[in-house]
Amino acid sequence: MLEIRNLKVRGGGKDILKGISLSVGAGEVHAIMGPNGSGKSTLARVLSGHPGYEVTGGEILFKGRNLLEMEPEERAREGVFMAFQYPVEIPGVNNAYFLKAALNAVRKHRGLPELDAMEFMALVREKMKVLEIDAAFLNRPVNEGFSGGEKKRNEIFQMAVLEPALAVLDETDSGLDIDALRIVSNGVNAMRSPDRSTIVVTHYQRLLNYIVPDFVHVLAGGLIVRSAGKELAHELEAKGYGWIEAGLTDQPAGA
Amino acid sequence: MSNVSNTTPAPSPVLPPAGAGAMRATPPPPIGQTEPYTSEWDRTEAARAGQSPWLRNRRRAARDRFVEAGFPGTRVEDWRFTNIAPIAESRFTLAAPRPITRGDLAAWTFAGAAAELVFVNGHYVPALSVTGGLPAGVVAGPLAAALAADGPARQAFGAVVPSPLSTFPALNTAFFAEGAFVLLPPHTVLEGPIHLLFVTTADARAVETAMTHPRVLIVAGEDSQARIVESYAGTTGATYFTNALTEVSLGAHAVVEHCRVQRESEAAFHVGLVHVDGARSSTFTSHAFALGGALVRNEIAAVMNGEGMECTLNGLYLATGGQLIDNHTTIDHATPHCSSHEVYKGVLGGRARGVFNGKIIVRPDAQKTDAKQTNRALLLSDDAVIDTKPQLEIFANDVKCTHGAAIGQLDDDAVFYLRSRAIGEADARTMLIHAFAGEVLDRVGLAAVREPLRAELTARLSAVLAPAGGRP
Ligand SMILES: Nc1ncnc2c1ncn2[C@@H]1O[C@H](COP(=O)(O)OP(=O)(O)OP(=O)(O)O)[C@@H](O)[C@H]1O
Ligand SMILES: [Mg+2]
Repeated sequence: MLEIRNLKVRGGGKDILKGISLSVGAGEVHAIMGPNGSGKSTLARVLSGHPGYEVTGGEILFKGRNLLEMEPEERAREGVFMAFQYPVEIPGVNNAYFLKAALNAVRKHRGLPELDAMEFMALVREKMKVLEIDAAFLNRPVNEGFSGGEKKRNEIFQMAVLEPALAVLDETDSGLDIDALRIVSNGVNAMRSPDRSTIVVTHYQRLLNYIVPDFVHVLAGGLIVRSAGKELAHELEAKGYGWIEAGLTDQPAGA
Repeated sequence: MSNVSNTTPAPSPVLPPAGAGAMRATPPPPIGQTEPYTSEWDRTEAARAGQSPWLRNRRRAARDRFVEAGFPGTRVEDWRFTNIAPIAESRFTLAAPRPITRGDLAAWTFAGAAAELVFVNGHYVPALSVTGGLPAGVVAGPLAAALAADGPARQAFGAVVPSPLSTFPALNTAFFAEGAFVLLPPHTVLEGPIHLLFVTTADARAVETAMTHPRVLIVAGEDSQARIVESYAGTTGATYFTNALTEVSLGAHAVVEHCRVQRESEAAFHVGLVHVDGARSSTFTSHAFALGGALVRNEIAAVMNGEGMECTLNGLYLATGGQLIDNHTTIDHATPHCSSHEVYKGVLGGRARGVFNGKIIVRPDAQKTDAKQTNRALLLSDDAVIDTKPQLEIFANDVKCTHGAAIGQLDDDAVFYLRSRAIGEADARTMLIHAFAGEVLDRVGLAAVREPLRAELTARLSAVLAPAGGRP
């Protein structure tokens, strides 16, 4: 599904990712953990095509195609979805309008007929139920005035509607209380399938109790410094990052 | 976007009386010439034999006042960013009546109006107007007839505009032949809007350039309520000059929603002045849409002359090509416990220029004033320019006064967010620009006015966004 090879990325005049390789197979869930500032969001943003970064080395293949050559909207149409760590507020554009435009752009790209308002509402209602989202929500401007938790829930709701092949969830758990965490995790788990891959960026083991990963990677100082099975997350929770980072980087330990 | 937001500056020392024009030391010399105007006045005055001495005297005095004032140049602070040389150096003739059908007006009329008065080239056209549906006592009709006798129209005429008249009000008063008079008796509530439609039709091949000086008088009695829409439109591509002046006076507890829709020809000159005076606990709301015109100057000045008045000024201007749209607003808190809320937004593409100057005056005894001003502009091309200035003159100490400005391009983060959701870049930008402009439109209470305007805005925004005027 996704093949990242020796990826090097600069942003704001400094090297952030310094040679990352990661292979995500279809149906797999990978967790990426690591201290603040280690480059987790940078990796997520580069995957989604954020214009603020320069790729100085390496390559990314998505379904065998060169992802780095695609515009952000093209990636999204091909099935890349990033749930933002900090979702953007868009005053004046309501959720329903926005989501219908997004969904139809994806459908058009996939050769499916565009949905009219009725069909769209039917589809969306279904997804709203899973994420326990209120009907009034559709008429509110995108993310404007939403609480942190509501914004995160909205990201997963969008993912549920767009049904991506690769979902990158950047700290979707932060800002969620335990009930919301369960709802959001259920939403993500409901979408697990043999042909959908997920990358979960998080600081906490708690999320991984719900969304159980196949692999856990530790990103520190712009490098993946350790990869293992899900038990690594428990170890990190107990010991922090210091024991991994020691000798590898001069970053302070802990998240 | 760059953002500025701050509160009250230190009081400035000189203070003109409420409603008066700003004081100046030796004024800079006028520009252009008044002669083409005065000779046109002299030429046409003979044809006005039937007018009352009252009116003749007013008009003659205004003519003299215009000559005395002359046209302000850019050395006059209020005109710093707007060079009116094309108006000051041209020769216009009073527009002649031209036949036009109701069908020609279709693009500019609104369904569900309680009354619709149509003026073509400055002349009232009863055959195109609809006035039957007004409740007893409500007047919405031609101003000339209302001024013929000594009555409420004469009392209201010139009562709100500050004297001595400045250039354009003087010119309007000297030249106006017709206009609209709206009178709401106390306690009347009008559901549907009154629509005043001023159209200039001109032959694009005409040798003479036409001008009109529409005049509107609105008198809202105590506890009355109405919605009034003024529209200005003209033949596509025609060059002409509209110099409109509106006076609104609100009695105690009156509620007036005033919508001004300016969609003149892209080659027209438009000066549109609105003066408002409100009594205790009145509510005045303005929605000003400036969409057309080559050289446009809008002024709204509201004097809050009674405690507890509320004033809302919403504005949206859209300019592309070489258009210049200048908005000057003044909110004068002359009494305590008044609140004002102002939001102006501009969308500028091509080589367009925008000006926003928002003056807020808080008089010494206007304690507990609550004034809020926001001014935002989107520049969609590298050549578009906006000159903007808040002007706070605060003389009371117990006031809440905030202003914020945000000038710039579309929010890159928002564009990226939409693109990351499969929406193409051009569509994303269009969506955000519509959202930006739509916020002003959404405040218009009447769907019958708002929705046709939305369609028009959509069409005009795509013109602003056309490749020639847009960013890559
Ligand atoms: N566009 C950018 N321009 C300049 N610096 C950037 C940019 N993006 C990220 N950085 C810097 O790169 C480093 C990595 O940032 P990133 O957001 O990827 O970290 P992170 O691992 O997601 O951290 P957190 O756990 O706090 O979310 C930080 O030092 C950050 O300030
Ligand atoms: Mg991050």
